[in-house]
Amino acid sequence: MSPVIPLLLVLALGVVGWLVARARARTFRRSDPARRPHSLPGYHAWFVALCAGLPAGLFALVWSGASQGLVMASVLADPAARDLPAFGITRDAILAEARALATGQAEAAFHPLARALVPAFEHALRLYGGVGVTATLVLGFAGGAWAFLRLRPEFTARTQVERIVMGLLLGASLVAILTTFGIVASLLFETFRFFEFVSPLRFLFGTHWAPDPMAAVGPATGEAYGALPLFWGTLYIGAVIAMLVAIPLGLMSAIYLTQYASPALRRWVKPMLEILAGVPTVVYGYFAALTVAPAIRDAAKAIGIASASSESALAAGLVMGIMIIPFVSSMADDSIAAVPQAMRDGSLAMGATRYETIRRVLVPAALPGIVAGVMLAVSRAIGETMIVVMAAGATARLTANPFESMTTVTFQIVAMLTGEGSFDHPATLSAFALGMVLFLVTLALNFIALRVVKRFREAYD
Amino acid sequence: MTTFHELDPVDAKISARDVSVFYGDKQALDRVSIDIATEYVTAFIGPSGCGKSTFLRTLNRMNDTIASARVEGEIRLDGEDIYRSGMDVVQLRARVGMVFQKPNPFPKSIYENVAYGPRIHGLAGNKADLDAIVERSLRRAGLWDEVKDRLADSGTALSGGQQQRLCIARAIAVDPEVILMDEPCSALDPIATARIEELIGELKGRYAIVIVTHSMQQAARVSQRTAFFHLGTMVEYGKTSDIFTNPREERTKDYITGRYG
Repeated sequence: MSPVIPLLLVLALGVVGWLVARARARTFRRSDPARRPHSLPGYHAWFVALCAGLPAGLFALVWSGASQGLVMASVLADPAARDLPAFGITRDAILAEARALATGQAEAAFHPLARALVPAFEHALRLYGGVGVTATLVLGFAGGAWAFLRLRPEFTARTQVERIVMGLLLGASLVAILTTFGIVASLLFETFRFFEFVSPLRFLFGTHWAPDPMAAVGPATGEAYGALPLFWGTLYIGAVIAMLVAIPLGLMSAIYLTQYASPALRRWVKPMLEILAGVPTVVYGYFAALTVAPAIRDAAKAIGIASASSESALAAGLVMGIMIIPFVSSMADDSIAAVPQAMRDGSLAMGATRYETIRRVLVPAALPGIVAGVMLAVSRAIGETMIVVMAAGATARLTANPFESMTTVTFQIVAMLTGEGSFDHPATLSAFALGMVLFLVTLALNFIALRVVKRFREAYD
Repeated sequence: MTTFHELDPVDAKISARDVSVFYGDKQALDRVSIDIATEYVTAFIGPSGCGKSTFLRTLNRMNDTIASARVEGEIRLDGEDIYRSGMDVVQLRARVGMVFQKPNPFPKSIYENVAYGPRIHGLAGNKADLDAIVERSLRRAGLWDEVKDRLADSGTALSGGQQQRLCIARAIAVDPEVILMDEPCSALDPIATARIEELIGELKGRYAIVIVTHSMQQAARVSQRTAFFHLGTMVEYGKTSDIFTNPREERTKDYITGRYG
């Protein structure tokens, strides 16, 4: 059942409740001008509108999901459904066809069985749709009436509305948190299925990565799933090379912008720097693959490094470093600017130069904020996909030579999920295990960063 | 425009002549002239916004950190014009130290706070010298006995009064000739205030001390010379006892009798 019609009804109920309640609340004032009602008419109106709309609206949303299952169950109970194949793609296709016919989204069906199921579908949809609309209306009307009957001059509508609003805000923040749990849960399930084929220890510490989505699954399958080279490649590109670029450049530009640049220049340069963060990573990927990587290869060949390849960890890392400069610099910028002016004055009044003040007072005082910025940047870098897909290569290799091609966790996730292997093959499932590791590492980095920032905030209070 | 009381001639450590300060188009200080000597504590009093802090900050060029500020006139430290081009501001501030309204220790250890100046100016040849400077400065600031067992603790963990004495110790550590104090007790309780005032008495004679204060009682207790500022001008200057008992200007009299301010 589509939730659109019940929701529109709920909205209409709310509007009616609002108008009626306001009219009622206004009579309170007129009937007894000496006593001032507790709340303004507007609050009475909102109280009734929210009581009518919220529970009914929530029910309509939940019902639109739950009724799908009920419809399906009643269709399958129909005698015509006995001829359906037991499971698999054909069964799902027939059901989908029958549903499309019943709701008028399709004109004809290929499978005769689908046509046979249409009456059952139509019946069930009508039944549960009707139940949904009726229940929504009853709920909305009951809520509105209950609220309306509570209206008195001394009714604390203002406080009640405040509480409902607080509940709404709480609900909104819970959605984001619950989504995170949902992400973990969905990854977790597939990850466990992967670990049925490959032992976690071998996966985390094995050094040979060569999954073959076409290979038959046997006792030796696990040997091709040692992800250590991927972890190494990810950290080497994202946490070492990229940071060697991003930390000095980001920190120095933050110092320049907060301490030396004139306000006019700062107004120009800071947004320009932040544009870097808005460039789509695929554009960086082109830049890395087409411009930076060949240039690095040629330069390396020219100074006699024969192993230099046209896809290199260095190219990907350099461009990724450029990409995350704004993350480092804006966090550093904020935390340096947050150091009280009194610290700067104190140092300058001792006869310190501007640079001495920056190095000995401002940067140490801002260090927790800077560290937090770097950690957020690292977690961003190791989760970055497009640049490494385009510039780092596909070879899983444990090497410290930045001129060779390397591969990363994110690259392999893309490769495994877009391969031709079936969904329950370990090669495909490995993508989920890799995603899980990535998720946990970035989660840990973000967690540490937040803790560090929290300590920093306490420094001056 | 300033009424000067008759004073015995002294060797001026700092002599200011016709100093005016502008913030953008707004004039904050109008032609102030004064001589400041090492023998006395000099107090600047006056209502908020009268220009006394602005004038204090011209004496070690801390106004330079405000982009819109512009200074006219002449200020000489031991006869040397501190606003001449080529003046080394860093050297100047090492000679003219400053203590601020709100205690502002660095978020470093007590030891490092005091060692900060000597380190950047290279005053100590080795660790033992530095230790000696830190101890001497903390002793002079009357803080040594309270902190000698916890020099590694953070300076920001001290009480407000201790923090302000730490800032004084920090200023003393580079062995300045002048110490400027910008309402050093305004954030402190009466006991901590008494402690700082006592300290100012002990430091008198060793350093030329200039103190800006809102409290007339404080000016009367700690200073020997007082200048009264009002609306950007220095109205009256003389011995502290004369200013408080025998003011010659109507505005000074009104202020110290509490008619405004």
